[in-house]
Amino acid sequence: MRFRDTIVSIITRFMLPFITLFGMYLIIHVHLSPGGGFSGGTVVGAGFVLLSLSYGISMQSRKFSHRTSTLIESGGALAYIILGVVSFLYGQPFLTNLAIFPAGEPGRLFSAGFIVLINLAIGFKVASTIIALFDSLGGEELH
Amino acid sequence: MKHLIAITLLVILGLGIYSVIIDMPTFGDPENPGNKISQQKIVNKAVEETGSQNVVSSIITDYRAFDTLLETTVLFAAIAGIFATLLNNNRDSGDVNNEI
Repeated sequence: MRFRDTIVSIITRFMLPFITLFGMYLIIHVHLSPGGGFSGGTVVGAGFVLLSLSYGISMQSRKFSHRTSTLIESGGALAYIILGVVSFLYGQPFLTNLAIFPAGEPGRLFSAGFIVLINLAIGFKVASTIIALFDSLGGEELH
Repeated sequence: MKHLIAITLLVILGLGIYSVIIDMPTFGDPENPGNKISQQKIVNKAVEETGSQNVVSSIITDYRAFDTLLETTVLFAAIAGIFATLLNNNRDSGDVNNEI
């Protein structure tokens, strides 16, 4: 990249772990606090967009290549469908939650059946969608 | 021949969809699940039925999980369209008339 701003790149280097951590917090605490797969995935994706804005898409594709993002993109939807199909093995309708998955104690982190797992799938999918979208609109060669 | 196979497949798919549609409850029937289940009942029972304290996420990813699945499919379709139009697909020639 021809032009790189010192302040922006250094602040990005400091902030990127915290942005990603906040996004993962939004995704994982979906059953306890406001948030969820869509909003948390957007935060994670926006962190990587910030990285590619300040360091160039070539730097960003070293961390999170185009091929990885497309694989995660398809894998998120596939994981969602597999979590729904699991209930067929127990003779329940598609996407059954508490009859199969352990309920846990409401209010704890490990509770609420498959809600957290589904939101993890959605979150990874949305994050990789944002990253792949920005990469393909960025105008650089990606292969 | 290709068209014949395509039309046959579409007719079989359409018959499948039709057989599902005639089993659906009549529109506007007060006995429909959408009309019988009140929002108050969902709000009161969400914690014990889904184990999630956040009622919004329990509605989105438990009661209406199938809707959310297709929501993520919309994202997939959008990104597939973007890739198809914007990325260079390594075609030897720019002439696409022969492929249609």
